[in-house]
Amino acid sequence: MHDKTVAQLMAGLRDKSFSSAELTRCFLDRIGAMDEQLNSFISVNEEAALAAANAADARLAAGDTAALTGIPIAHKDIFCTDGMRTSCGSRMLDNFIPPYDATLIKRFNAEGAVTLGKTNMDEFAMGSSNESSYYGPVRNPWDTQLVPGGSSGGSAAAVAALLAPAATGTDTGGSIRQPAAFCGITGLKPTYGRVSRLGMVAFASSLDQAGPMAHSAEDCALLLNAMAGHDPLDSTSSPEPTEDYTAQLARQIDGLRIGLPREYFGEGLDNATAGQIDAALKELEALGATLVDISLPNSHLTIPTYYVIAPAEASTNLSRFDGVRYGHRCTDPVDLHDLYTRTREEGFGDEVKRRILVGTYALSAGYYDAYYKKAQQVRRLIKQDFMHCFEQVDIIAGPTTPGPAFALGAKSDDPVSMYLEDVYTLAVNLAGLPGMSVPAGFVDDKPVGLQLIGRHFDEARLLNVAHQYQQATDWHLRRPAAIAGGAA
Amino acid sequence: MQWETVIGLEVHLQLATQSKIFSGSPTTFGAQPNTQASAVDLAMPGMLPVLNEKAVRYAVLFGLGIGAEIGMRSVFDRKNYFYPDLPKGYQISQFQHPIVGRGEFEIQLEDGSTRTIGITRAHLEEDAGKSLHEDYHGQSGIDLNRAGTPLLEIVSEPDIRSAEEAVAYLKALHSLVTYLGISDGNMSEGSMRCDINISLRPMGADTLGTRAEIKNVNSFRFVEKAIHHEFERQADILEDGGTIVQETRLYDADKNETRSMRSKEVANDYRYFPEPDLLPIVIDDSYVEALRQQLPELPTQKRDRFVQQYGLGIYDANVLADSRDLADYFEAVVAGCGDAKIAANWVQVELLGQLNRGELELASCPVSATDLAGLIARILDNSISGKIAKQVFEAMWQCEGSADAIIEARGLKQVSDSGELESMVDEVIANSAAQVEQYLAADEGKRKKLVGYFVGQVMKLSKGQANPQMVNQLLAKKLK
Repeated sequence: MHDKTVAQLMAGLRDKSFSSAELTRCFLDRIGAMDEQLNSFISVNEEAALAAANAADARLAAGDTAALTGIPIAHKDIFCTDGMRTSCGSRMLDNFIPPYDATLIKRFNAEGAVTLGKTNMDEFAMGSSNESSYYGPVRNPWDTQLVPGGSSGGSAAAVAALLAPAATGTDTGGSIRQPAAFCGITGLKPTYGRVSRLGMVAFASSLDQAGPMAHSAEDCALLLNAMAGHDPLDSTSSPEPTEDYTAQLARQIDGLRIGLPREYFGEGLDNATAGQIDAALKELEALGATLVDISLPNSHLTIPTYYVIAPAEASTNLSRFDGVRYGHRCTDPVDLHDLYTRTREEGFGDEVKRRILVGTYALSAGYYDAYYKKAQQVRRLIKQDFMHCFEQVDIIAGPTTPGPAFALGAKSDDPVSMYLEDVYTLAVNLAGLPGMSVPAGFVDDKPVGLQLIGRHFDEARLLNVAHQYQQATDWHLRRPAAIAGGAA
Repeated sequence: MQWETVIGLEVHLQLATQSKIFSGSPTTFGAQPNTQASAVDLAMPGMLPVLNEKAVRYAVLFGLGIGAEIGMRSVFDRKNYFYPDLPKGYQISQFQHPIVGRGEFEIQLEDGSTRTIGITRAHLEEDAGKSLHEDYHGQSGIDLNRAGTPLLEIVSEPDIRSAEEAVAYLKALHSLVTYLGISDGNMSEGSMRCDINISLRPMGADTLGTRAEIKNVNSFRFVEKAIHHEFERQADILEDGGTIVQETRLYDADKNETRSMRSKEVANDYRYFPEPDLLPIVIDDSYVEALRQQLPELPTQKRDRFVQQYGLGIYDANVLADSRDLADYFEAVVAGCGDAKIAANWVQVELLGQLNRGELELASCPVSATDLAGLIARILDNSISGKIAKQVFEAMWQCEGSADAIIEARGLKQVSDSGELESMVDEVIANSAAQVEQYLAADEGKRKKLVGYFVGQVMKLSKGQANPQMVNQLLAKKLK
């Protein structure tokens, strides 16, 4: 049962092919057997998971079910879970047990979904390789010498390795889509404001967005149904009504206009990857879509803009980690200054410190206008580029990443080359748009992701296109050789 | 050299909302430490602010109260600095786009003259918590009950020229905000705190001198003292040829001095930027108009009406209109007794005198407006004299009952029976042969003085209850 989609598991639970307890036990056993190698989980609470599974089984028996009742799921360790450590991949929160659930967690719990555990991630979601975690790097199930991508690398690896049928992630600049691409799974970053940020440890408030990571577009739709919606406790969450995101999956896509931004197919894109993306686009064309050449002329400004705004917001979001109320505190501080400096010196890793420094600098008196203010102006231009394109096309498509997963350690000493990994994903966050990554083939046995970008709140259309593509292809059904035949 | 003092004030006004500005925690004063601090107030990971709409409403009411521009689109910013009682490591405030823009404010000085003080802006922000350094054996305690309490920071132009004007400004502001009902104005609980920006310049100069900022002064009296002290300090430096350092200073009420705070705090770069967790506050004309309709009569309007309607002097009208409660009390007394001038006199002299002596608030005054009107009615119908009335008022203050009950019980009713009075007058004349002789020998002018002796004797004989007018008439008739 570990190789089934969420949709199949839902059916199996309802027709009593297996119980949630059996299903949960199966995944817990797989985690126990295989995760030492992958390191995709930071915390697993077997007892709580089995208790939740039993409660779900009772609901299933009583007919009191929601869509996800009894479905095991892994949550990125950025979502606060009542009574369960929420580390955000940092030493700073290694000892932090929240007394509350994030809104997203509450929604899954209310559906009766079963939390298997909390997945590994780049520290405070800052990274594209999952190497900045305090809990050590996650390995890519397709090849354990490769990174799984980041920052939701633990979630991506866990789903790819069939340690969980689905997982949650967060995406500030590509942190759902890039690891989904590297691990050969399907990931969706919804429109900014579609999913509540309450109880999600903040990295960059105006960019952060939670979303589903699973084997198929259909599964992502099922998860999004549970996650999406206005939260009165998150002022930036959208009052825009939600819809049943599975309702349009079956719709034909003939007549669909797909924009191909020429900036996403030029210099910097790996040739073999480009070949896979072209093949995927031909497939969509064969399904009736029209490919339209478009331009996002400010694309070259995306990386500098993002790397001003995101660190600026992060630098102040992370000020609360001061050793005063919770989290790591240095031993025997001699005075307040010592408390702050040693706590933060010890609690934060290098990448987090780098971004705090960059962000603090960008907001400083005398630099604000040149950096932060300028970046906000460019951000508007980048968003306008997309708005213009959406007057001509229904969705935009291109590669999720410039190339497939790279080797562990290959870029960890070169932050700029690491930042370039996100060159095709960052703009979506700056513009607040929904974006997906869909498995679209392999390069040297490494998965390649096709990125689909939609209009604001047009997740249903994105999922529809991805689902139709997945009806015509089987890339999303491929499993890492070493994994598929594993335990259970 | 003659120095001119130039003062601008920043007042932090605590808004009287039930809950905090960005969380649902209550704002009640004096609770056990950290019992009114939620996960949001503690800045737990992932917590987000949600704006309390009432704080916006109160800020707009203030703006309307001073005829200011209202920010139809105002923006919250983060003000970043580290301090243990600032849980997020930043304060949510408004920097570039405040909710209240330019306005002005009229103040009245002791001599009856008025001055207009410009208001630069007023913006919404959250209060910090409190650090407690005593009782923790070398450590500090942090109480976050106050963290997130809504504040309106009201910034004046440097239009104030003396300690007296500063105090008049603060009193007028206090009066306005309590009229509007947007703050309880309770100074001792920190509901109104003040930063004083003060500089000196040679009289007649038109450039500003270097200023010092005195932080967090929390009473009218301390504001006055701090300004006097700071004037002396700066004048001494300038007259010795020195220069003023731009810095933040702290007023120590116990020592009555200001002293420099650590320069590190002065050098803070707050790295303001728009708060991404909150949307801009966007309000429309109908919102503002609805609030404008709700504006009560404001202190200056009420003062002007008292002058016109009741014929009061501007000073008296000002005193009576100072607080909404007192003005309402006064008007209830007028309604009950029908004589505004006597009512004004009694409220200002006797009532306020008693309240001040007892350090009482009007709310806990033992004599109701109706009772006081009843007492004044007995003066007006000549049942008692003004002098007796003061005795009755004392008794009323001790809760002995209504004016009529006390007059009755103590037998204080004025003697207006002409027969009874005549026999008393006769008795006094009979016993004052020498004075009568002196009186009769005197001219008209002197007689007016001398008659006072006879009146006094009659009053003494009547234990103060004789109707003085009738006694005067009888004496005029008999002493011929």
